[in-house]
Amino acid sequence: MQDYSVTHLKQLESEAIYILRETAAQFERPVLLFSGGKDSIVMTHLAMKAFWPAKIPFPLLHVDTGHNFPETIQYRDDLVAKLGANLVVGSVEEAIKDGRVVEEKGPNASRNMLQIQTLLDALEEGQYDAAMGGARRDEEKARAKERFFSHRDEFGQWDPKNQRPELWNIFNGRMAHGEHFRVFPLSNWTEMDVWQYMKAENIELPSLYYSHERDVVIRNGTILAVSEFVQPRDGEKVEKKRIRFRTMGDATITGAVESDADTMDKIIEEVAAARQTERGNRADDKRSESAMEDRKKAGYF
Amino acid sequence: MSTENSSPEKGYLDMDLLRFTTAGSVDDGKSTLIGRLMYDSKAIFEDQLESIENTSKQRGDEHVNLALLTDGLRAEREQGITIDVAYRYFATPRRKFIIADTPGHIQYTRNMVTGASTANLAIILVDARKGVIEQTCRHSFIANLLRIQHVVIAVNKMDLVDWSEETFNKIRSDFQKFASRLDNIVEISFIPISALKGDNVVDKSTNMPWYNGPTLLYHLETLYVGPDANHVDSRLPVQWVIRPHSDQYHDFRGYAGRVAGGVFKPGDDVVVYPSGFEAKVKALHTADGELEEAYSPLSVAMTLDREIDISRGDMIAKPNNPPTVGQDIDAMVCWFSDKPLNPRGKFLIRHCSKEAKALIRDVKYKVDINTLHKIEGDNQFTLNDIGRITIRTASPLCYDSYKRNRVTGSFILVDANTNETVAAGMIR
Repeated sequence: MQDYSVTHLKQLESEAIYILRETAAQFERPVLLFSGGKDSIVMTHLAMKAFWPAKIPFPLLHVDTGHNFPETIQYRDDLVAKLGANLVVGSVEEAIKDGRVVEEKGPNASRNMLQIQTLLDALEEGQYDAAMGGARRDEEKARAKERFFSHRDEFGQWDPKNQRPELWNIFNGRMAHGEHFRVFPLSNWTEMDVWQYMKAENIELPSLYYSHERDVVIRNGTILAVSEFVQPRDGEKVEKKRIRFRTMGDATITGAVESDADTMDKIIEEVAAARQTERGNRADDKRSESAMEDRKKAGYF
Repeated sequence: MSTENSSPEKGYLDMDLLRFTTAGSVDDGKSTLIGRLMYDSKAIFEDQLESIENTSKQRGDEHVNLALLTDGLRAEREQGITIDVAYRYFATPRRKFIIADTPGHIQYTRNMVTGASTANLAIILVDARKGVIEQTCRHSFIANLLRIQHVVIAVNKMDLVDWSEETFNKIRSDFQKFASRLDNIVEISFIPISALKGDNVVDKSTNMPWYNGPTLLYHLETLYVGPDANHVDSRLPVQWVIRPHSDQYHDFRGYAGRVAGGVFKPGDDVVVYPSGFEAKVKALHTADGELEEAYSPLSVAMTLDREIDISRGDMIAKPNNPPTVGQDIDAMVCWFSDKPLNPRGKFLIRHCSKEAKALIRDVKYKVDINTLHKIEGDNQFTLNDIGRITIRTASPLCYDSYKRNRVTGSFILVDANTNETVAAGMIR
């Protein structure tokens, strides 16, 4: 008898493509959230596959904190050009200038919370009714309960106790005016799956993901790259280290790891051996045990 | 058919996937079991462990409380209960696993039905001190209703019954008596464990030399699950029509969808339902090139040899093996809403990629899920009720029975006013 078995990566790919097509079909104005991180790069790749040979039928939205690594922006612009995709940028910098948000003060200030308002503004401005994100359920405890199609009320908030049940592969994206959905096609992927898939698909990544030498400071146990946004404070010493990044976020809070992994294979080896979750070195999650849940309820992606 | 997977270790790219659900009542150690599986199979990271160690200490727990690994939301940690279906992931060198972890209190039925809808295997926990109780029957009934073919009865807390073989055997025979009524379950295994101490979860117990079977993890890793998907009845529910409008692909019309059953090949005769138009498959496209055949659960784009009017909600199938096309649906449903079902109520039905208006025509009976008895003459469906109803749809659905195909045999009902999902249905 013919063998119709399907490997788990192929199943995950098929599922993600199914979700992306469902989103395009069920919503009037969907948008794909693009951060420049590896998960959003994989999402964009899957969107390309889902609608091939047509172009991706929705824009990419980048919520720009203004604290970017230049490599991220270069990569983003090259990718958009290659795919012929439509890019929309929501700027935290402008939101601060317009007075829509107020920059946090104090030694550990970050623009992470400001992204929420900027994102909600960008969604409202573009009248987007579904925002697709690359979040995975294995990332963090609060995310383990997230749906593929996650309903947000008219204030953009998530109500974890009142989520719609999701059965089989039937997704209910109906909503009232002013509400929207977050859609997570990679829900069932793990960090390892993402890496293995990128390798299998030959997906190119921003150079920041690979080991390189950089000036860094160590702050609260997190290795931060020295840049125009991160300057050494009193008592901090600038060191040169071989590092790479495991996630791509705001340059002021995204911690690096010391690593010699300069190829995809070496990174995969490292991920397999890793004893820390990838969010483990994000200062934003360390604030409290429920940090992620609180941000999600407020509208974080 | 062999029951064991012959290749012991596979490369990551060849690994298959097992989705399972866990069921148990409050305090039977379900979260501890999942924590144990993930902890002993090294799916827990240092920072996660550190965080629960700290919390356990703060709360004055005697052991590191592995249940804290899975209780994700603040309210759950505070109250020590699990609120919603949570999904967990771990992999061994043999297999990748997705766990649908469902809680054991009031919203139980709704959550377990949800978790079971995508699972191939169910672990049902039985407290060795309590034996087979009402909840065990309820969990098994739901697993059977949702057509989960493999069930593991994990007899937990064996440490509290002095590792007694007699207790274990009694539970096994009690369950077997009851299980003869569960017609969809193909295979049932019984494993004595202690989730708290780790016996027979990942590592073999030294406390129960009388047990010669596999540990729970070994069983999950090696069980032959087989193709859960139907490879006989060819079905492609059309999700989206790909029209590039580019010079290179000027006339391209790809009917995009995820194959829900059977096999399609280029040159196959196909019929589009409900219109009945016939055509031949021209090609099966993916961004990686054309496929020689497409089967479940692959996502593809199909082109046909002639232009016919096809849109989202249509079903492509083969002429000698069509789906049932009709507006009268006989189904088992599980009610999810606080608002009771109103006989003659109007809803939206979502089935594959189709949405239609639907009217409840008749409530045939409800099932007492603790005794499996039919309750007739009581038409009031409230939250977590399960029973048989008939529905009339405003336009025809193309469906199969749920027993034959979980994708084309399932649907949800949506309240058009609140947009909430109020019921899950399995077509008879």
